[in-house]
Amino acid sequence: MHADTKTQLWMLETMLVSRHYEDAVKAAYMEGKTPRFNMADGPIPGEMHLSSGQEPCAVGVCAHLTPTDAVTATHRPHHIAIAKGVDLKAMTAEIFGKASGLAGGRGGHMHLFDPAVNFCCSGIIAEGMGPALGAALGRQLQKEDGIAVAFIGEGAANQGAFHETLNLAAVWNVGVVFVIEDNAWGISVAKSASTAVANNAERAAAYGMPGYHVTDNDPDAIYTTAGEAIARARSGGGPSLIEIQTLRLEGHFLGDAEAYRPEAERESRDKRDPIPRYIERLRRDGTLSDTDESAMRERALARVESALAYARAEPLPPATDALTAVFA
Amino acid sequence: METATKTATTERLTIARAMATALAGEMRADPRVLVMGEDIAALGGVFGNTQGLLDEFGPDRVRDTPISETAFIGAAVGLASVGMRPVVELMFVDFFGVCMDAIYNLAAKNCYFSGGKAPVPMVLMTSVGGGYGDAGQHSQCLYGTFAHLPGMKVVVPSNAYDAKGLMVAAIRDPNPVIYMYHKALQGMGWLGTEKGSVVDVPSDSYTVDIGKAAIVRPGNDVTLIGFGNTLHTALKAAERLAADNIDAEVLDLRSLVPLDRDAIAASVTKTGHVVVIDDDYQSYGVSGEILAVATERCFSSLKSAPARVAFPDVPIPFSPALERPWLPNPDHVVSAVKQQLGVSR
Repeated sequence: MHADTKTQLWMLETMLVSRHYEDAVKAAYMEGKTPRFNMADGPIPGEMHLSSGQEPCAVGVCAHLTPTDAVTATHRPHHIAIAKGVDLKAMTAEIFGKASGLAGGRGGHMHLFDPAVNFCCSGIIAEGMGPALGAALGRQLQKEDGIAVAFIGEGAANQGAFHETLNLAAVWNVGVVFVIEDNAWGISVAKSASTAVANNAERAAAYGMPGYHVTDNDPDAIYTTAGEAIARARSGGGPSLIEIQTLRLEGHFLGDAEAYRPEAERESRDKRDPIPRYIERLRRDGTLSDTDESAMRERALARVESALAYARAEPLPPATDALTAVFA
Repeated sequence: METATKTATTERLTIARAMATALAGEMRADPRVLVMGEDIAALGGVFGNTQGLLDEFGPDRVRDTPISETAFIGAAVGLASVGMRPVVELMFVDFFGVCMDAIYNLAAKNCYFSGGKAPVPMVLMTSVGGGYGDAGQHSQCLYGTFAHLPGMKVVVPSNAYDAKGLMVAAIRDPNPVIYMYHKALQGMGWLGTEKGSVVDVPSDSYTVDIGKAAIVRPGNDVTLIGFGNTLHTALKAAERLAADNIDAEVLDLRSLVPLDRDAIAASVTKTGHVVVIDDDYQSYGVSGEILAVATERCFSSLKSAPARVAFPDVPIPFSPALERPWLPNPDHVVSAVKQQLGVSR
């Protein structure tokens, strides 16, 4: 299954929104944090894990999904949230800790929930996998449409939750797809230093499910592979595991000096940025004209700017809001 | 308000049967309810609480799981998020170490982190308690561990009537409910059973409100507070005290979260003396919380220092010679009360 023109343009535009978004969040996050970096200062406190470079994983997978399909994402969730159609204004207000945020400021950037599009994420490595399995099983038992995708990082493949959930999904033949965004680094620990196999897709064999390895951080290739796995999930064929070799353009979190990252990799990574490469291909193929591109960039930028402006202007919640919503 | 309807039929049930009856009733009434856990299908649960469910409801809704608590408790969170009503079993509470993330980081926090938009209606059943020589990886109570962490309701039935009503209430509750059932009350022949836990249970459906304590023995001289197994310890102590003309009031908490602080305060204000009995470890737990309520809310009414009878802060030991003397028993309670009231009484 190859991406048609419309899908390709959607993927590109969504990646542009995502990248502009991360750039804008980065600028806002750094306000009040220079010259002395204190995570508690500025309009956005706490850790900030940006997804720049990993956008192809989000769009290549989410291009196949409907709002009914469930997605669980990670501590690095923005690109996936955007591709899944999470309300960008409410998400941004949440990241700014505002009253009109998705959770009224209770969750912040690692805990984004938008039930309208069945999206959630968690700051705990690999912990979205069980819930994704459950969401897909729920749809099966309800005899309703809808599958689930759990996004995880390559570091999560060494968690017990990973192995338990793959096994259970296969035993119960659940329509869930596990997508590993392999950005090669678990904070500062290289995949090669933490993982017994070079390619986590091989681990699928241990659980009797298909494993796919996408070696190029390319939306079209990811789209094709994800399409096969998602079609299998929808047709009752059970779970699949996909590992995508992607790219983390930023540090683990903003403020990470990345001394652990080899000089050569740091120098080359901008050249491997997937977005300019994709634009080049779409232009070469005649899919994208100059006018299309500039209109697309304008729309993307406008969406991001309006979300940020909204979030900044919204009021902070009263302290008493902290004491509500523990229970339904 | 308890919603027990006037019913013509009652059955004398163990807690195990009462739990299974409640589950079956809710599964008949609500197709969203399903049960998952280790050995809960063909075996009917190691502690008998899911017996008969597989035959009636089939393997789609009564699911034996691999020994993968992180996966299946995590799956319950996902099932709840798409509108199902999962009931999962953690066979022994002592096993929470392998799956606490799914419990306290997901089930307990999703509602809050979604601003109330993504509640997690699920029940986690788990067995607690010792006294039968199984040592400290299969004999703990750990009430305080779960009650401490926000976002989960915690219930502990002391008898079959409450066991059924609390289970129905837990399944219908839109929040995660940790349903802790004590092995000594379960009615499994091989574990020995506290007789007081086997009571008449209406055949019809009813709920026992989560968060409401019950006065199971009214009295005026001292308040004894128990729950689960220790409720029976309290009742036995109250009988002994009655022989000495000490009129104990016995309060069954039934729920630890929400805690019925009003009921505790009302009773302690009336009697001026309070002893809490808890078979969990003593420090930083439920007994301390209850005594804090008694001192914060009833300070001027107290006539003696509040006291507790709890398990000492050591892992539950194996040998009966080491375990049994330290488990709360009526003697401990009677002597605590007599010390509070003074021997001259």
